[in-house]
Amino acid sequence: MKTRILGFVALVAVAGAAVNGLFLVPADLNQGDAQRIMYVHVASAWLAYASFGVTALAGLGYLIWRDLRLDALALAGAEVGVIFTAFAIWGGMMWGRPVWGVFWQWEDPRLTTTALLLALYIGYLLLRRLTDDPARRAARAAVVGLIAAVDIPIVHFSVLWWRGLHQGPTIGDPSKILNPSAPLLFVMALLAMLAAFTLVWIYLLIRRYQLARLDWQLEEEARRSLVQAARRAAPATAGIEEPAR
Amino acid sequence: MNDLRRGLAVAVAIARKDAISELRGRQAAGSTLFFAALVLLLFGFALGPDSRRLADAAPGLLWLAIVFGGLLTMARLHQLEADDGAFEQLALYPVDRRAIYAGKALAGAAAMLVLGGLLLPVVAILYAIPIGAAWLPLLVAVVLGAIGFAAIGTAYAGLTVRMRAREVMLPLLMLPIVAPLLLAAVKATAAALSGDPLGELGSWLQLLVAFDVIMLVVGVGTYGFLLED
Repeated sequence: MKTRILGFVALVAVAGAAVNGLFLVPADLNQGDAQRIMYVHVASAWLAYASFGVTALAGLGYLIWRDLRLDALALAGAEVGVIFTAFAIWGGMMWGRPVWGVFWQWEDPRLTTTALLLALYIGYLLLRRLTDDPARRAARAAVVGLIAAVDIPIVHFSVLWWRGLHQGPTIGDPSKILNPSAPLLFVMALLAMLAAFTLVWIYLLIRRYQLARLDWQLEEEARRSLVQAARRAAPATAGIEEPAR
Repeated sequence: MNDLRRGLAVAVAIARKDAISELRGRQAAGSTLFFAALVLLLFGFALGPDSRRLADAAPGLLWLAIVFGGLLTMARLHQLEADDGAFEQLALYPVDRRAIYAGKALAGAAAMLVLGGLLLPVVAILYAIPIGAAWLPLLVAVVLGAIGFAAIGTAYAGLTVRMRAREVMLPLLMLPIVAPLLLAAVKATAAALSGDPLGELGSWLQLLVAFDVIMLVVGVGTYGFLLED
């Protein structure tokens, strides 16, 4: 019930922030309306990083405490993170086409870093689907989530150097959007969108976590009924209470 | 101190076992090398016959061939344990798991070094690159790249070896992770081949060292969890 209220509040907040970003805030003088994409783009990129942080920390927690609830949280983080990352890339491409003239800009370190990020966590999700045993899946996923999180800063800096050593910064660097010289209205609109997106993010995390717990219960029940069926089929082993591990 | 010495002895023993098994030819080390050389030949067909273009692309093509061959190498080194059911035995040895990781990574790095070292002259011949003058920085780049690739490859091969669809999962997990290694190694190789006019060779080699150290630390820290299951 509480989660449902949170979802409703998040929906209203996003609608409000969208109306603000689309109609109330003036268009950017240089980039025109395309700049409005940045409100959702930057907000989703930040939350994507936050999601992967959740996945890495929950995975680390699992390796320490062996609690499957932490694994469910790690899964929720990764899946929500992949959605937000994909959304950030999509927004960036929609923005890049009118402003840079191309969808994909190899000289932009953030774009290339984010693309690798997406690949890393799609791999993480695929790995989870290919492992059946919950404890084994949780341990493998935790390791992969940790390695991916460690790799993110290396990827970022290497790509930064890769471009930086080659030639100077090009026009339309996205970091300029957020510098303090940007009009206060723009910054406020971005912060409003970030707050609204954060509510959505929390809502999605909670829902995905609950779903993962339900999935796990279902798996457990299926396993139990299999054991019972096997016991009925082979009464000779009826004396054995639990299958030996 | 004694623990460290004992761990090192275990690591060397495991690496030696892998090396002997490779050298006796029961495993497919030669085929992997041939595969990587074949990749280089096909790059020539894909990008040639303009020799200038091939020479420009050579550092990138060399490292892509090393990465592709390396994926097979990493998978092979763990596959041979899993096929014979020896992986469980390895996990049951009453020794430090970190020593087991170090041994597997050492064997992997050695195999990668052989692969890279043999592919260098192949690139030099196929794409007409003079490697003689820059042999030292090239060798350093190959050594650092081999260590980094084996450091992360050992952890991921240990993770995927007992999985369904491991043939696709290992590359799928590895390729995005090694992107910074590929990038730094290609840049270092290109800088070495061109005589390093911008003085950037050192920075790229440092980046490779940083990658190696971080991945070795991560591998040592996590490999034990992968042996458990």
